[in-house]
Amino acid sequence: MQTILSLQNITHYFGGLRAVYNFNIELPEGALWGLIGPNGAGKTTIFNLITGVYKPTEGKILFEGNDITGLKSHLIIEKGIARTFQNLRIFNELSVLDNIRVARHFRTNYKLNDSILRTKKFFEEEKRIKEEAYELLKIFGLQARMNDLAKHLPYGELRKLEIARALATKPRLLLLDEPAAGMNPREVGSLMELIHSIRDMFKVTIFLVEHQMRVVMGICERIKVMDFGETIAEGTPDEIRSDKKVIEAYLGSEAGRC
Amino acid sequence: MKISRNLKLLFYCLIFYVIIFLLNRYNIINDYILHIINLSLVYVILTVSLNLINGFTGQFSIGHMGFAAVGAYISGIFTTLIWKINPSNPINYLLFFVALIIGSIAAGIIGFLLGLPTLRLRGDYLAIVTLGFGEIIRTIINNIDYVGGPRGLLGIPKFSNFTIIFIITVISVLVIRNIVFSTQGRAFKSIREDQIASELVGVNTTIYKVYAFTIGAFFAGLAGGLLCHLLQIAHPTQYGFMGTIFVLVMVYAGGMGSITGSIIAAFGLTFMSEGLRLLLKWIDDLTPNFPVGIEWRMVIYAALLIVIMLYRTEGLMGKREFKILVPEEEEK
Repeated sequence: MQTILSLQNITHYFGGLRAVYNFNIELPEGALWGLIGPNGAGKTTIFNLITGVYKPTEGKILFEGNDITGLKSHLIIEKGIARTFQNLRIFNELSVLDNIRVARHFRTNYKLNDSILRTKKFFEEEKRIKEEAYELLKIFGLQARMNDLAKHLPYGELRKLEIARALATKPRLLLLDEPAAGMNPREVGSLMELIHSIRDMFKVTIFLVEHQMRVVMGICERIKVMDFGETIAEGTPDEIRSDKKVIEAYLGSEAGRC
Repeated sequence: MKISRNLKLLFYCLIFYVIIFLLNRYNIINDYILHIINLSLVYVILTVSLNLINGFTGQFSIGHMGFAAVGAYISGIFTTLIWKINPSNPINYLLFFVALIIGSIAAGIIGFLLGLPTLRLRGDYLAIVTLGFGEIIRTIINNIDYVGGPRGLLGIPKFSNFTIIFIITVISVLVIRNIVFSTQGRAFKSIREDQIASELVGVNTTIYKVYAFTIGAFFAGLAGGLLCHLLQIAHPTQYGFMGTIFVLVMVYAGGMGSITGSIIAAFGLTFMSEGLRLLLKWIDDLTPNFPVGIEWRMVIYAALLIVIMLYRTEGLMGKREFKILVPEEEEK
């Protein structure tokens, strides 16, 4: 399988604090991999580095063979990487539909003068965007709340909306930052199914950071474990479950309960 | 046959125009009230354009009158020169429009130039820079003798009349509305809601903030041009900090992110500040032994604003719009 994303010797410092040290990954196309680690291990930093929120102190990031290190975030998104956030970043005062449509912004083929003059092109594009957004919302079961303000949605649906918004950019790589955070067990179950079906339906590669063992162990094909910015283990869920270092660093002595 | 909403909107505008025009023609409303209506219309442009920057894009700018000053002085100088050559030239009105456009474009360029270096700033810091900018413009004008310095630019021909101001206001509001309800408008709003998220769904936030500043400044310049040709004077004090605050108050009172609110507030507050003058004068005349004094006008004005903000924290309209102002394609 082809590598879609590769991080090479990524090191990142916040001032004197070493957040990530010598991180490497070769993510194959179509994979569903997970990244775990205790709080402050540098998981979200990795995501921020990939999406250009931070520029790595050292190392290289390749997406589909192209160097994207230090590119501006919106350009990285245009290349086909999308992400969600650990603590939701929904556009609260926009409608559910508009949340999706914003993500279609850079794929919209009309300019400011088309908007002002309301040209034919404007109407055609708007119609297309709206239809596509509607289809997407339907997949996530949010179409009934299309015209509601996003802030009025319950938490679980906001999570879904954020994933839908990320998918609206038509990515080939989807980064999910703790998608199950704050969800109840029933919601987590349906989320796991959703993530699986997203991969098949949208043909995206998924890389996720998660705290809940049940999610990571349940859906990820391969897991990377970080602690204090360093990779301490990598392998299939079964290998990780029995890895001594991981148990020490992350799962603690009661790992067996998971 | 179903009449489209835009046609209906234009029809209402026409009715409004004809009514005011006829009322004035037959002296039911005098020139003073017509003047206040004209002022209100200019304030509509100023408020809606500031709302685009502050309310829709979420950038806290308080140098709006600086842009208006650029538009006012540049178009004012231009028309004054034309006027000197030949006051009765039939193409003078055409040249007036050219002057307005030149003034607006100049203001737009200034907005663009101000937008570029201040992009990294947010919230209070941006406010300080735009405040400083407004003061710089005012001070520069104060010190250029050619434009009258502290005396102000005098002898500007009176080109602005109700018809012209009305048409330009309607066009301006429609243009800004069309921008707000489009993919660019959604990009603006997403920056207001969450800049990082906006960037990470592919919006070039840098460019769009500059867009907001440039468009806002352009229309402020247009309003400035109209204003100085209405008052026949452009004076540095008009375009100072207090002028901006007056517009800012309208934006907040009407609702950040509501065009409808801005229009209502621009009319309401302009009429209120003038109406209070009449009211206090009336009370004065009624009680000759206890003169109230017209200077209490601004105190009452401020108190009324506080009441509005206490009971409608989001402004009159919040982020809502009247249906007539929402393009139909938004609702299908």
